[in-house]
Amino acid sequence: MPPPAAHGAAGAAGDKPLVLLAQPLFPNFAAALEGRYRFVLAGDADAATVAEARVLLVPGLVAVTADLIDRFPALELMVATSVGLDHVDLRACRHRRGLAVTNAGVAFSVDTADYAVGLVVAVLRRVAAAEAHLRRGAWATDGEFPLATKVSGKRVGILGLGSIGTLVARRLAAFGCRIAYNSRSPKPSCPYEFYPTARALAAASDVLVLSCALTEETRRVVDRGVMEALGAGGVLVNVGRGGLVDEPELVRCLQEGVIGGAGLDVYEDEPEVPPELLAMDNVVLSGHRAVLTAESMRGVAEVVAGNLEAFFAGRPLLSPVTL
Amino acid sequence: MESLGVLLLYPVNAYLEQELDRRCRLYRFWESPRDEFLRAHAGAVRAVVGNANYGADAALIDALPALEIVASFSVGIDRVDLAKCRERGIRVTNTPDVLTDDVADLAVGLAIAVLRRIPQADRYVRAGLWKSRGDYTLTTRFSGKRVGIIGLGRIGQAVARRVEAFDCPVNYHQRTEQKSVYPNYTYYPTVVELASNSDVLVVACPLNASTRHIVSREVMEALGPKGVLINVGRGPHVDEPEMVAALADGRLGGAGLDVFEDEPNVPEALLGMDNVVLVPHVGSGTYETRKAMADLVLGNLEAHVLSKPLLTPVV
Repeated sequence: MPPPAAHGAAGAAGDKPLVLLAQPLFPNFAAALEGRYRFVLAGDADAATVAEARVLLVPGLVAVTADLIDRFPALELMVATSVGLDHVDLRACRHRRGLAVTNAGVAFSVDTADYAVGLVVAVLRRVAAAEAHLRRGAWATDGEFPLATKVSGKRVGILGLGSIGTLVARRLAAFGCRIAYNSRSPKPSCPYEFYPTARALAAASDVLVLSCALTEETRRVVDRGVMEALGAGGVLVNVGRGGLVDEPELVRCLQEGVIGGAGLDVYEDEPEVPPELLAMDNVVLSGHRAVLTAESMRGVAEVVAGNLEAFFAGRPLLSPVTL
Repeated sequence: MESLGVLLLYPVNAYLEQELDRRCRLYRFWESPRDEFLRAHAGAVRAVVGNANYGADAALIDALPALEIVASFSVGIDRVDLAKCRERGIRVTNTPDVLTDDVADLAVGLAIAVLRRIPQADRYVRAGLWKSRGDYTLTTRFSGKRVGIIGLGRIGQAVARRVEAFDCPVNYHQRTEQKSVYPNYTYYPTVVELASNSDVLVVACPLNASTRHIVSREVMEALGPKGVLINVGRGPHVDEPEMVAALADGRLGGAGLDVFEDEPNVPEALLGMDNVVLVPHVGSGTYETRKAMADLVLGNLEAHVLSKPLLTPVV
């Protein structure tokens, strides 16, 4: 990847460097970047701005299409505020010579991993359903909540052993779970068993945790075959992207008892959640919030600010992505 | 052990009840009024099986002249009058170890659930609020939080091992410091100091006269407005009315509770709060563990009948 060109003042001495915005900045980023850049919404860019703009900052998951990229001939850097880049036309980025893309790096990994573990325990031990039993008075009237299943000792298959998956593995290993994984390639340095396909991993697992990126290769990687392999006692936890799972099939598999339960933070068409899931007590639902902590927000603001600073100072980017 | 008269105090577990019925002479305490039952069968009862909520108290022990052994379907035996049992030469067993993992798994799961508001977020989505109102609230990271454990016994140690994987510094309080055994954990000589230096406080000690209300108002205030209390011990470990008030006022940040002072009754005020996760005493509530607990009860009764060493004696 070509190094970013050193960049002094934007134009006249004292001018702040120009940064295009794909959509308005969220408050935490606005605060972190206050006063350092001249922000212009991509949609509002005049001809001079269009010709000059070298950086596009993409707050959140707004779609970045080939058309948008093509409009700005001087673009050298795209700064995403998320880890996942499935909302960005990466093929178009690859075709644009000299365009670097950065993401949130590892800013979100810890909170996402913690959340995945929280969902695993919540689903296996039926925490949300047990609480619902208590809150509607059933403990006093109907008696004990039905038995759940142990977390310790479960075979956990992690789909995607990147920075998030590695942290999930370490945490669940401490719960006495047996860890295995599938990744694009085996990682010889890690102590866990590698399976060559998602289906093979699912067949050897009681819990399948999805922590990989959504790409053309991984779209709907969790299909009926994988869910059948996971099995009737099996649990699916998704903190990746809704698009990793064949969602209508997931609903059917839950309804039919093909799999035993699910913990879902992401969906194919957020914020739409399949209504059938709302009636199920063997699923724990969540609204794409695995990274919504004060600490992650601070962390990603630092990464974004750091990437912008590095670019304009001609230093290496903090979190460039291989396109 | 067909001739062993066993009094089951409550239908604690279907498999256990079935096995007791098959292998012993089973009496079900809840099937007839207490006095009527005792008049008819007191002399035949040689063993009592209870659980966390139903135990052999002094009155019951006095009413059972032939009682030889109390085998509790629980690890906590605060409902068994141990002094009375010692006095009468009655053996007492519990179910340690087999439920350690489950209770520790739940304790840490509750801590994450409280800090990250997992059940609340589930209710938020089910109520359609993600669509109508947008994202549910920001929460705070669990990893790295300072975890204080009251009682570093089997369950406390299992909690410590789990939270270490989240890079949580581990603090603890118990009667004695064991520096050589736990060089990486920080000991505090009082519960208040433990609470002052922790973000999450986990109750994992046995309930007895000296640990009743060990989590007092002072302890909860030391834990503070951002602190989270996790109780997987016994309800009476915590001064419940004070806890409710502290949570309502914001003097205590949140709580994950598996146990209550008067189960199955839960203070009404807690039901209205969104900074708590409340579960109905499910600490050992998995089918795997309950079967293991039942087998341990049966194993203890069998050992007793065969005059072999008891598997897990308390008295």
